[in-house]
Amino acid sequence: MPDAPGLELIRGEIERDCPDAVLATSFDRAQAALIVDPARVLDVLRWLKERPGQRYDFLSSLHAADYLPAEPRFAVHYELINRDRVERIRVKAMLADPGSEELPEIDSCVELFPTADAQEREVFDFFGIVFRGHPNLTRILMPDDYVGWPQRRDFPVGGEPVTFTYSEQRYD
Amino acid sequence: MLRGDLEGEDLERYVEERVVTTTFEKVQNWARANSIFPLTFGLACCAIEAPISIVTARYDLARFGAEALRASPRQADLIILSGRVSIKMAPVVRRLYDQMLEPKWVMAMGACSSSAGMFANYAVVQGADKFMPVDMYVPGCPPRPEAVLYGFTKLQRKIMDNPDQGWRQRYDAYGTEEWARGGPRSEPSPEAAEAYREARELTLA
Amino acid sequence: MTEPLATLDAALDRDREIMTINIGPHHPATHGVLRLVVDLEGEMVREVRPVIGYVHTGIEKSCEDKSYWKVIPFVERMDYVSFFFQMEAYCGAVERLVDLEIPPRARYLRTLFLELNRIHSHLVWLGTTALDLGAISMLWYCFRERDKILDLFEMATGQRMHTRYFQVGGVIEDIPLGFEAKCRAFAEEMPIRVGQYEALLDRNEVFLQRTKGTGIVSRERLLELGVTGPLLRAAGDPWDLRKAFDYLAYPEMDFKIPVGTVGDNYDRYRVRVAEMVESARIVSQCLDALPEGPFIADDRKYVLPPRSELSTSMESLIHHFKLVTEGYRVGPGEVYYSIEGPRGELGCFVLADGSAKPARVHFRDPSFVNLQSFRDMAVGGYVADMIASLGMLDPILGGVDR
Repeated sequence: MPDAPGLELIRGEIERDCPDAVLATSFDRAQAALIVDPARVLDVLRWLKERPGQRYDFLSSLHAADYLPAEPRFAVHYELINRDRVERIRVKAMLADPGSEELPEIDSCVELFPTADAQEREVFDFFGIVFRGHPNLTRILMPDDYVGWPQRRDFPVGGEPVTFTYSEQRYD
Repeated sequence: MLRGDLEGEDLERYVEERVVTTTFEKVQNWARANSIFPLTFGLACCAIEAPISIVTARYDLARFGAEALRASPRQADLIILSGRVSIKMAPVVRRLYDQMLEPKWVMAMGACSSSAGMFANYAVVQGADKFMPVDMYVPGCPPRPEAVLYGFTKLQRKIMDNPDQGWRQRYDAYGTEEWARGGPRSEPSPEAAEAYREARELTLA
Repeated sequence: MTEPLATLDAALDRDREIMTINIGPHHPATHGVLRLVVDLEGEMVREVRPVIGYVHTGIEKSCEDKSYWKVIPFVERMDYVSFFFQMEAYCGAVERLVDLEIPPRARYLRTLFLELNRIHSHLVWLGTTALDLGAISMLWYCFRERDKILDLFEMATGQRMHTRYFQVGGVIEDIPLGFEAKCRAFAEEMPIRVGQYEALLDRNEVFLQRTKGTGIVSRERLLELGVTGPLLRAAGDPWDLRKAFDYLAYPEMDFKIPVGTVGDNYDRYRVRVAEMVESARIVSQCLDALPEGPFIADDRKYVLPPRSELSTSMESLIHHFKLVTEGYRVGPGEVYYSIEGPRGELGCFVLADGSAKPARVHFRDPSFVNLQSFRDMAVGGYVADMIASLGMLDPILGGVDR
């Protein structure tokens, strides 16, 4: 992956073409990450994919994480690979929870990376993050009529308590 | 031998030595137990051990008469729930069970279908017996094919109504059951005691 | 293949009749509970919509509730024929989070078991796919070899499948005496067996007709769809994470990457069968080069001390107690670590928030992403070709649904 100075160089170059898109960089445990503004995530991805010197054209994984109780709460991660130089870079878009019944929204990158089709559906299914422009944003792993976003941190794990011999209620 | 060669008691004894008499139910149960058609139904990891691995040469299921695995539930006798039953799959499994014709049996193979195994969460039905009757539970994660075969032979004996010759009689296990009300060896309700007595007579007969 | 039908349609000027059938979650030709809703016109497939989620187990959510080492048995039950790979992806991610270096013997042992698991996965694939295509005897021959591999696993770890053998810091215990001889005998026998499998299938007219020229997807389209593993290699792209990113003992191993030309089902079959031979070679090399030394790291903050020390050393007792009850805490951070599984890139994302339980464990499963290419493979061909493509795609629904 690009090392720390290389990451700063990439950030500098993106600043010239897409100003104010990258909010911060993070180089932690030998992994380079760009933290971007969610409204500009498509610009950054397109820049990384099509720029002649960068060419991160393989989206390896699109997933999300819930950072509750930290704000902003959600982050959508894009893991990109440049296969010629064998380098990885991560793009993180942090989304805040709008609160009440509304769902956080971000643009879909299905035109840039068709592999994101099923992966964005999975993120929607588990976190409730809506991807604007996705052709078929429906639940993929849970039943279609399921209520709730299972992978959010405030969703209970579920299951039922294990009943041991003497822990049962007496019904007499 | 011609008619008239033997008379009376000699004839009775001659017939007794050469003819096996039994009840129709016993023959029927023996035939059913030894020609079970399992359904080719695999859900998750246990599916690799059974139904795929037990029909292979090392753990041959065919020697117990169950070689013909049927794909259609209409033609199958035994459904082996091999794997975790998720909440999306549960109605499908129940429908398969409903489509099977009597007599039919269910073997819950592995920890996940017996009791959700290690997956005590929102996505797995906590035990297949929550929505369908189960005849045989085979524990393990995944159970060895030999364990599945042991469960299978036990199911065969259950079908044939033979008493269980195993550890319960050897270790005198009756009388030590735990009852939910009041702790071990407390007095059961009269109906429960009656039911227990009947069940015990059936197994010991 | 669409040509004769188009001309016939034009000649007869008939309206298209689309019949939607449901190849439901339970059917004989399946690699798990995959439901396909197929639009057919006669025998030609016009549209296929896979419906998944029938074995969704909520493993990622369960992992958030368990301490780091208890996650290992959960995580290995995702893709249930390549259990060692999931363990490696997770343990590797956590090792990067805590900056723990594993000893050389553990690296070689892990590589050895990973390659044995790769052969196991390909054997299961070959047996079940040949069964789907009608070559029923292959199931028995492949599972004979698979039972030998499972005997090796049982010898080393005590369990046939789902062995929880890899731990954070190395492997849980050393291989026993006699394992090396048995494993070497297996690795030498494997190429001969693969030759026998090829003799059964390679010149089988029915098999060739069903697989040659069917299910072709171009390499660019596969890259767009994020497909990796033998599917991409069959289309001509030599992308293999074992050679691209150095991890474990792969840099010291000498092995080739089989690459196909056309990208049809026959190439996928040939690529996987050749990979089995290469994996057997890696197994032999691992056994030859296995270094002496500890099999797990020394750092008592993350690794259980050996039981012999517990009766003599107070610190070991305290470490053991702390590790077993609460587990170790991992400082805040996140890591995405990926390896080459039998089906493609298997990645693990672990988010740590400073407590003893991970805040998020996510697996980038190769079957989930590869399944997106199924539509391209099936549309435009016959239903029988669709079944052949499904077999050669090798999805494992436990990994798809997690």
